[in-house]
Amino acid sequence: MNTHDARLAVAEALVEIVPDANVDAIPDGARLRDELELDSLDFLTFVELLSSGAHVRIDEMDYPRLATLDSSVAFVVERSA
Amino acid sequence: MKAKTVETTYREALREALREALREDERVFLMGEDVGSYGGCFAVSLGLLEEFGPERIRDTPLSESAFVGAGIGAAIQGMRPIVEVMTVNFSLLALDQIMNNAASLLHMSGGQYDVPVVIRMTTGAGRQLAAQHSHSLEGWYAHIPGLRIVTPATLEDARGMLATALRDPDPVLIFEHGSLYNLKGKLRADAGAVDIDHAAVRRPGDDVTLIAYGGMLARTLEAAEALDAEGMSAEVVDLRTLRPLDDATIIGSVRRTHRAVVVDEGWRSGSLSAEIVARIQEQAFYDLDGPVERVCSAEVPMPYAQQLEAAALPQVDSIVAAARRTKG
Amino acid sequence: MVDFTMPSLGADMDEGTLLEWLVRPGDAVRKGDVLAVVDTSKSAVEVESFHSGVVGPLLVQPGTTVPVGTPLATILEGAAAAAPVEAPVEVPVEVPVVRSPLVRRDAAQLGVDLGHVHGSGPGGTVTRADVRREAHPHVKVTPYARRLAAELGVDLARVHPADGETVRADDVRGGAATPPAPPPPPSPPPPKAPPTPPADAMRATIAATMTRSKREVPHYYLANAVDLSRALAWMRARNRDLPVARRLVPAALVLHAVARAVAATPALNGFFVDGAFRPGSGVHVGVAISLRGGGLMAPAILDADRLSVEETMQQLKDLVTRTRAGRLRSRELSEPTITVTNLGDQGVDAVYGVIHAPQVALVGVGKVVERPWAADGMVGARPVTEMTLSADHRVTDGFTGARFLALVDEHLQHPEEQ
Repeated sequence: MNTHDARLAVAEALVEIVPDANVDAIPDGARLRDELELDSLDFLTFVELLSSGAHVRIDEMDYPRLATLDSSVAFVVERSA
Repeated sequence: MKAKTVETTYREALREALREALREDERVFLMGEDVGSYGGCFAVSLGLLEEFGPERIRDTPLSESAFVGAGIGAAIQGMRPIVEVMTVNFSLLALDQIMNNAASLLHMSGGQYDVPVVIRMTTGAGRQLAAQHSHSLEGWYAHIPGLRIVTPATLEDARGMLATALRDPDPVLIFEHGSLYNLKGKLRADAGAVDIDHAAVRRPGDDVTLIAYGGMLARTLEAAEALDAEGMSAEVVDLRTLRPLDDATIIGSVRRTHRAVVVDEGWRSGSLSAEIVARIQEQAFYDLDGPVERVCSAEVPMPYAQQLEAAALPQVDSIVAAARRTKG
Repeated sequence: MVDFTMPSLGADMDEGTLLEWLVRPGDAVRKGDVLAVVDTSKSAVEVESFHSGVVGPLLVQPGTTVPVGTPLATILEGAAAAAPVEAPVEVPVEVPVVRSPLVRRDAAQLGVDLGHVHGSGPGGTVTRADVRREAHPHVKVTPYARRLAAELGVDLARVHPADGETVRADDVRGGAATPPAPPPPPSPPPPKAPPTPPADAMRATIAATMTRSKREVPHYYLANAVDLSRALAWMRARNRDLPVARRLVPAALVLHAVARAVAATPALNGFFVDGAFRPGSGVHVGVAISLRGGGLMAPAILDADRLSVEETMQQLKDLVTRTRAGRLRSRELSEPTITVTNLGDQGVDAVYGVIHAPQVALVGVGKVVERPWAADGMVGARPVTEMTLSADHRVTDGFTGARFLALVDEHLQHPEEQ
């Protein structure tokens, strides 16, 4: 999957949880959990949606890589190769 | 190194294809009404009798059923006949030969008899030839299993489809729209055989898919230009082969644009366009952002008067209007 | 024959407004079927029937506010009644009857003139569905638009078709890339929050509940630091074998341990009403869930002590989703026997909360922090959470409270025992 599609997949998963989230306005490097006020259940739902939406396996040890928008996109690109 | 191109016409490309076929395979011969001395009703075989002689370029009596049957017989016996039926209108007299013999013998003989016949026919309206001489029946023929139906609309296809058709062990019908013979343009000097399995995207676009073939391709491309000026990006798909239809290309395009218009010179009801819309509905229903539009001939016997004939046929305006309707 | 009455959906709820009937006289219903929608000051709640049978006459019109306990309809229990059912009370009307504040609010938001709406409720009352239909008459949706809406999580009922007739993909995306179409019907931008009343009403209710609790309930507070290393290790091992959709979060383990401990400490599980303690009918653990846009609800995981950790997780996920979408059932709101608040996600060490009277206890869970911890004569870093108990001193003493917290701790040290 290329970066563009990965970014779309991440954005779709986020919007599913926070429908009025403005993904494009999230500052680079901002922690998603803080920026979007995701609690642990929200984060788990994000993982679930991203895993099925982008067809990538996400294990618990991968969670730190989903901290920011950019790191999540990079993770999806890498994992979907 | 840039390939050399030549200025040529659709007619000349067809002739060159014939010459190449006659040169390269001695089993190939051309037969039909006025193809020899007269040089062909549409001048496609002009000069070929002189070049290849009366055994290879054979004038036939005015009896479609007889000479199409003879061509089928020759094909069964191992020849590679190119049967020219002057127009699709007269092919009706040979329909029994085409459908019940050419299309069926392979199956009925349990695989013992191939029928590698190529039948070329002129088709279409637009030259005030009135009701009995203006039919577009390639869609009808595309209904018959056992036949391959091709509709060259460009110089490359006019030049290249014949060779591939001759290599097909099964009957191939080549429909040449009467308005295309004078089509001028540039062709690669080394142009040769082309595939006869796939449709082609002649113009990429994002907002709507315009599906056309043969004589309708040019005006569909014109419609696409007009739509571009209005801010609507149209993708034009040239079907090239009507049987079997290239679902992958058609559906792939509609999936991307979500809107479609089918342009078909046949009469609307029970036409090839209906088949295409059915397939789009079957395979891309959840991708459609509106009903699929069709632009077909008015369901009347083709008028003789020029303005009436023009009004009965798909035109650039009606294609543009249909495309606009898909946007709602 | 039994009465279907206006339920009490909150400790301080005295009356409620019937918004909408979802059944008609003569309908066969089963226990658990939703019969009506009731407006409390906190939200619109679907009310289920406790009886199976046939719906009799509807006694209260939508839009009417009645005290808790008022019969709203009757249900003839058992097989379908043989005798024909009475027609509902007919109110002769020529003008659409609008009684419900919620219907009025919907109409205002969707730009619908109530004078022109056909009321399909009993007696010609205008229902929410009537208003929605008026706002979006004969709207068609293309297959692609429908698919796109599902993928983007857009509510199609809130999408306006640019041509006034058919919703297309661009409408769903909220953009218009085409030449101008006829203007859509005038309407303010659609609301984004789930269907809960304005924040002020909820805030006012929370204020009333908390004030009453602080005023009437003598609270005592206990705290206990819990080492979660075993629980988290067990959880991680479990999660490695679970698909993402079933993975556990620490909150599920905590809730599971609390439910078990509550089952063993019945004095903390119930209500203080009319000067006496009434034990709860089961262990129904209320979970405090914050709503996006402000506000708090604490619906219950019913019979939480009978669930495994994984079942607790699924229930928790489901509850949070439905709470945020405004789709709770009346049982979940009316029956928590104890509440657990602040499941450690927000950044505080400990919570000393206010009991949700008439419950008699509230469990607080602080954030999980790596702390120095002494065990077996060695000091190491362990993931620790500060758990607290706020309890009603009229019912229990510190001794009971301390025993409870110790039980929770013990369960969390042995997560494999379910």
